[in-house]
Formats: sequence, C-alpha cells, structure tokens
Amino acid sequence: MSVQPVAVATRRPGAFRSLVSFYLATMRMAVQEQFQYRTANYFYMLGMIAEPIIYLVVWTTIAEQQGGTVNGLSAGYFAAYYIVWTLVRNMNVVFGAPYWEQRIREGDLNRDLLRPVLPLHYDIAYFAGWKVVVIVLWIPLAFALSLLFDPALSPNAAQVATFAVAIWGAYLIRTMLQESLGMLCFWTTRGAAIFDLYLAAELLLSGRLVPMPLMPEWVQEIARFLPFQWAFYFPIESLVGDMSNVELLKGLGAQLLWILIGLAIFRIAWRYAIRRYSAVGG
Amino acid sequence: MNALRVSWLYLKLGVLNELQYRVNFFVSLLQVAIALTTGLVVLALVYSHTEELNGWTQPELLCVLGIQILMGGVIRTSIQPNMIRLIEEVRDGKLDFTLTKPEDAQVLVSVREVRIWQVVDVISGAVVLGVGLSRITTGVGPLDALAFAVALLIGAVLIYCFWLVLATAAFWVVNMWHAVELFDGIFQTGRWPIGIYPPWLRFGVTFLVPIAFAVTVPAEALTSRLDWQTLLLALVFVVALFTATRRFWRFGLRSYTGASA
Repeated sequence: MSVQPVAVATRRPGAFRSLVSFYLATMRMAVQEQFQYRTANYFYMLGMIAEPIIYLVVWTTIAEQQGGTVNGLSAGYFAAYYIVWTLVRNMNVVFGAPYWEQRIREGDLNRDLLRPVLPLHYDIAYFAGWKVVVIVLWIPLAFALSLLFDPALSPNAAQVATFAVAIWGAYLIRTMLQESLGMLCFWTTRGAAIFDLYLAAELLLSGRLVPMPLMPEWVQEIARFLPFQWAFYFPIESLVGDMSNVELLKGLGAQLLWILIGLAIFRIAWRYAIRRYSAVGG
Repeated sequence: MNALRVSWLYLKLGVLNELQYRVNFFVSLLQVAIALTTGLVVLALVYSHTEELNGWTQPELLCVLGIQILMGGVIRTSIQPNMIRLIEEVRDGKLDFTLTKPEDAQVLVSVREVRIWQVVDVISGAVVLGVGLSRITTGVGPLDALAFAVALLIGAVLIYCFWLVLATAAFWVVNMWHAVELFDGIFQTGRWPIGIYPPWLRFGVTFLVPIAFAVTVPAEALTSRLDWQTLLLALVFVVALFTATRRFWRFGLRSYTGASA
C-alpha cells in the first residue's frame, strides 16, 4: 500500500527537481555526519589497505625475480594498479545486501516506506555523500603510498576524465547489484551464504586479486560477460593502463549497461518483495 | 590454579551455549570452504607465474597458509570474541559486573567467550598444513616439530597480548568499531613469508602486530629454516610483552569509571 504515493510523486511536475534537492540534502548530511567520524573512517580505510599492499608486494617480488616483469607488467605498473585499487575499493563500498536483513528485522523499513522517496534513492545519495569524505581522506593516503612504492603513472587527459566518471560508474554498478541481492532478505534470513559466494566470485573475477591479464585465458573470457570487472578492473586500468579512447568509451558504455541491468533487476525484485513484506516492530 | 579452573568452567559453559545454534556450524563450514578456495586459487595463480617466491616453494607456502588459517581459527574462537566483548562492556558499563567478581579481572575478561564452531578453521588449517607437509621432500625431524609447537604457543600468546593492549585502549578511546577490521586486514600479511615485505612493514608485522611470530616463525620451524636465536628472541619477546600488557591493563583499569550499569 505504501508504495502507491511513490508512483504518483514521480509523475508530478517538478518531481525531478525535488528529487535532485533530496539527493543534495542527503549527500550534504552524509558528508557532515561522516566527517565527524573521520578517525573511525581512517581506521576502516587503513584496514583495507593491508590487502592491496600484500598483493603488491607479492607481485613485485615475482616481477623482480623474473628480471623486472610478469606477463609484461612491471613493478611500477603493479604499484600504480594497487594504489589506485585502494580508491576503487572504497568506491565499491555501498549499502550492502546483508543490511537489508537488519532493515527488515528491526523495522527500519517501516519508517523508510512512509517517506515519499524509495529507500534506494536514500541509499545511493547517502553513500555518495560518504564517498566525498572518503575521497578527501584517501588523497594523503595515496600520497604516502606513492612515496613508499614508486608507481609508474602517466595518464593523458582522456584517461583522467574517464577515471573520474568510471569510479562513480563502479559505485553505481555495485550499488545496484548489492541492493538487488539484498531483496533476497524478504524471502530468507539465511542470505549470508549467497552473499559470501557473491563476494568470492567478485574477488576472483573483478581484478581485485590481480590485474585481469594475469588470470588464465578462460577466466578472463568468463569475466568479460560479468559485471564484476567493470566495477573494479576497468576503472583502475582506465587510469594506469594504456587504453585507447575507443576502449575507454566502450568501458563506460559497459558500465552504463550494467547499471541499467542492475536497476531493472532491482525494480522487478522490489515490486515482488514489497508485496511480501509485512511490518514487524518499528 | 584457580584461574585455570575458572577458564575450564567458562569453556564448558561457552561450548554448551554455542551447541544450541547448530546452523552456525554450517555457516562456519561454508565460510571456511570459500576462504580456503580463494587462498588456494591465489597460491595457484602465483605459482603459475613463478617457480618459487623468495626461496619458498609451493608446498612450503601451503604450510604457511595452513598455519595462518589455524592461527586465525584460534583467534576467532577465543581471543577476538573476548576482546570485542571487553571493548563493548567498557563502553556501556557492563564491565562492572565482571570487576565485582572475586577473581583476577584479566583472567575473567580473557576467557568468557568461546565460539566453538570456529574450531572448523583450526581443523581445516591443520589439514592444509598436513597436505603441505606431505609434499615437502626434506622431512620434519622431532626437534623441528617441538620447535614448531613452542613457536605456535608463543605466537598465540603474543596475539592475545596485542589484542588485550588494543582492547585496553577502549578505556580512553570510545570508538573502536574498526579495530577488528584493521586487525583482520593486517593478519592477512601472514599468508606470505615475512621476508618478501619491505623493511618497515616487516618490522611492523613482527613487533607492532606480532604476526611474524604467530605464523612465519612456526612455519620456519617446520621447514628447517629456524635458528635457535629467533626462537630465543620470541621467548624473550613474549615474556616482556606479557608483563607489559598486564601492567598496561591494570593502568587502564584505573581510569575505568563505570557507566550507569
């Protein structure tokens, strides 16, 4: 019943403008809120940094053992890849599927449904605002890592521009996929198993573990038809690799495609999920 | 002696409590399966591009992986849950209930929680270690095995001390939410021989966060790389750190004021 006003609201003239101001207000709130917790945010980011440093050290060691390169990738490339990795990893932090369970269990969803805006909008806006804080906090971190590891980075203007867009594309792809997956929580309380499997597949097929060219040929072939690498490998490679302008545009196109696919899945799942939902507590 | 009796009692209680939630066993099993698979895939990837990593062959690194998973299991079964509970109780004042009990407070806060299903990690780590060992050609002597056991025990105590220092910080710093993630992230460094890291990081994961002592040193014992000086250093370090940790804990406790429990 409570979804009814949403459908009406979006058709009203001026609805788009009010949605934009909703986004801006939510983002501003998120920036202020998260900036208060900057120490906690920093600890969180530092915890994440161990992972790429380990990969970086392992592959640099191998590159050096083999006279400078692995599969044509140099130590400087690995340093650049895994430093940019840290930003893309942070852009991949979104409203996670497991939190849907909490939302339903603790009755937060009741409050969200009373609002004239879909919870999805709120999640996208809030985490986007948070990202602004994350990016600001990331800059000194990237600087320190660059001093420690000596990255080889010389992007042209097109690459920088693509990267600036692609990190937000990555954010939206992962948001859509996680929100869609979160819809499972309307049917089961044991979604954790599926979420874990998703994370494992993502780890192996996204470029989070290693740059995709180091994967066996057949894995790369599979990954091409899945969303994961467009949210991870592509944004990194757009900055640190040597992609042509056509490849860059194609990549952005693939990102857009996956965002739309994710959105479509979410909308269909949401329609059925919300019919099943019966409020508890609140 | 009384401390041991209390620990045993809490262990039994914790196990009984956890046995009520049997599905958690399957959750643990699945998580272990996923973690193990990714760990093995990473190893396979690395060794598809090279013969050896800093002098370590694939079976030898399999041993390192096994020990890291095993030690991770020990941490998640007992050390981490206790310390997280301590951090939370300092914040909301429930630590009062523990402090009024007629037993050493450090012992109590260290043994209250047992996540018995995480023992799955310990077992699977041991299996990986066994497979790794069976593929090593050099063989393991009885002296190596003894050194391994000693090193493993020292490592576990060191990790415990590190966690207690971190948790004691909660007496001053309220917001410790990300301490666990920070530790879990850094603990992953243990999957690789410590020698590959640059000096500053090697120092960090040896003395600041004693992962090298917890994983690499036991692995060195099994692969006949360990010299007695390193083991002696570990022994001295564990005694010193344990003493310092206990003093720091007492010092922290003095600034605990309770909070409307």
